Amino acid sequence: MDFMVFQYPMITVQACLDGLLLGILFALIAYGMALQWGVMNIINIAQGDLVILGGYIAYFMYLYGIHPAWGVIVSPFIMYFIGVGIYKLVINKVVDRDLFISILATFGISILFMQLMNFAFGADVVLANSGYGTTMLFDNNVTLPNSKIFSAFVSIVFAICLVIYMKKSKLGRAIRATAQNARAAKILGVDTEKVYAATFGINAALCGVAGALISITFTIHPYMGLPYTIRSFMIVIVAGLGNLPGVAMSGMGLGVFEEFADYILGTEFRIGSVFLLLVLILVYRRFKLSRKREYLK
Amino acid sequence: MNKNVLLYAAILIFGLAAPFLFPAFKVQLSILCVLIVLATTWNIQGGEMGYNTFGNILFYGLGMYLCASVQVGMFFPLAEWTESGGEKTFVHTPSQFFQGMAAGLVVAAIIPTIIAGLIGYAILGLRGHYFAICTLGLGVAAGEISGGIEIIGAGQGFTTPPFPNVGGLEARGEFFYFLSFGALVLTFLAVRAIYSTRFKLILNAIRDNEDKAEAMGIETMKYKIIGWMVSAFFCGLAGGIMGGLVGYIDSTDVAFDGREMGVFMVLMAILGGKGTLWGPIIGATVFHIFKEGFWTFFLGWQYVALGVLIVIIVIYFPEGIMGWLREKYPERFGEVVDEADRKAQVELK
Repeated sequence: MDFMVFQYPMITVQACLDGLLLGILFALIAYGMALQWGVMNIINIAQGDLVILGGYIAYFMYLYGIHPAWGVIVSPFIMYFIGVGIYKLVINKVVDRDLFISILATFGISILFMQLMNFAFGADVVLANSGYGTTMLFDNNVTLPNSKIFSAFVSIVFAICLVIYMKKSKLGRAIRATAQNARAAKILGVDTEKVYAATFGINAALCGVAGALISITFTIHPYMGLPYTIRSFMIVIVAGLGNLPGVAMSGMGLGVFEEFADYILGTEFRIGSVFLLLVLILVYRRFKLSRKREYLK
Repeated sequence: MNKNVLLYAAILIFGLAAPFLFPAFKVQLSILCVLIVLATTWNIQGGEMGYNTFGNILFYGLGMYLCASVQVGMFFPLAEWTESGGEKTFVHTPSQFFQGMAAGLVVAAIIPTIIAGLIGYAILGLRGHYFAICTLGLGVAAGEISGGIEIIGAGQGFTTPPFPNVGGLEARGEFFYFLSFGALVLTFLAVRAIYSTRFKLILNAIRDNEDKAEAMGIETMKYKIIGWMVSAFFCGLAGGIMGGLVGYIDSTDVAFDGREMGVFMVLMAILGGKGTLWGPIIGATVFHIFKEGFWTFFLGWQYVALGVLIVIIVIYFPEGIMGWLREKYPERFGEVVDEADRKAQVELK
């Protein structure tokens, strides 16, 4: 236990800023999760592994001398097709089934991806150095890597583009219609199979963007996927489906929570505290709901 | 009924003779027994109660740490033991080892049961996928947190007391085999007894429609917690045995190994057939053979094969082996089949 974070205000500022910038990335991943959960009613445990895979695409470009920031453009393209491929192979067989089946099936995909990435890229912790330098604030007391600012900016741009796309385009409208009522959408001539594939592809593309940004700002490792899945799940259940401002807010809240947990409890408990927070949120939610049920009595 | 007694006797005799028939596979057979225990207890939740948990790994890991800690802590200072790591500054005498093991197994079974009872009210109120993800989180959180606690070895792991030097090399394997086989027999008898009571019907009612069951006057929460406690008891016991068998406890790779054991128990139960007595046993056996084959012949690719296997089992065999047999030979399961009706249904399909 270390409460230095409260004694020195600059560390608090540092933690908050880091957390907010990190949280925007989480929100981007969570938005993809909310999208597929809302439209297809599946929970994708492989979400985090898609993120890491996107990160490795950017890292791979970096290895070949291309600036990793281009990964933000390239990675979603590749990931879109990987997403559609996963949908065609596995997900379309579990869409109508029990949610637990989809959890288990995507768990299998997650293990598969984890190990394939381990073979392809090795088990080292890597990062793609963007060479953006750092900004010093408050008399050099707070350091802010420019890459984090860049990643937050790019995430916001992508989120806004996606929202406009969902509102205006034909596919966006079809996706929203399917989310509201798949049967009615089908009757009205929407090819739901195509919509599902596109939704999963868009989700994977979002993961690709987030992964490329994570490979620039933080580090990636083949086995680091599951915490990202859990974070996005947590953000979605706190914010609710289809509530983008809520997703952004709770994403940033989670980011700040994590930074403080890191300072106070120590880095070794960081992931543990995230998972524990998930359990606590679910339990809190359960008691809130059960109180509601009591009113009905 | 007579046929069943003969079958049980045959299995019991085979189980008792197995380590002498296949002396090279003693460790594998012990692991198989532990896997069957885990699959059978998972089936109480996932199969009979309809609560698909990934969290039984929590009790398994707890049992593992508790058994080893008690076994060491009864005679030596625990902190210094973990500090010394693999170097044996303290040595258990045979009687100390067996006393410690016995006490450790009791603690390893009791404490997880109590914990299951305590957290049950909060966790089991969740439904469906929220429950699944919550228990997944519980297991991983326990692994991450125990990996930061110094007294049980933190990241460097915990070496369990080595088997004392009695009865030669064979004795260790035989001891752990009979221990795990004993746990298996105990679990089987307990679960079989449970499945022949009203308790099983209540669990099935919860699975089929919990709200309706509650409306019929069943205190569902009470029975859910009891079911979870039964699972926790045997999971803790299995964990304690497995800890001694493996000889080394690591927080995320051995004890709270949600990515391996936590999924294995789900998979074994599904492969064999959820909601049947024999399903998890058959599933665990088949799965263990498959797994060892993968580990031997595709070394390095075993997780790839495992991932593919999970997807295939889940998508194509959600009913499991028992479900398939039941579909194929319904008469054997005591179901009366109306041939005309069956034909009509096939035509409808």
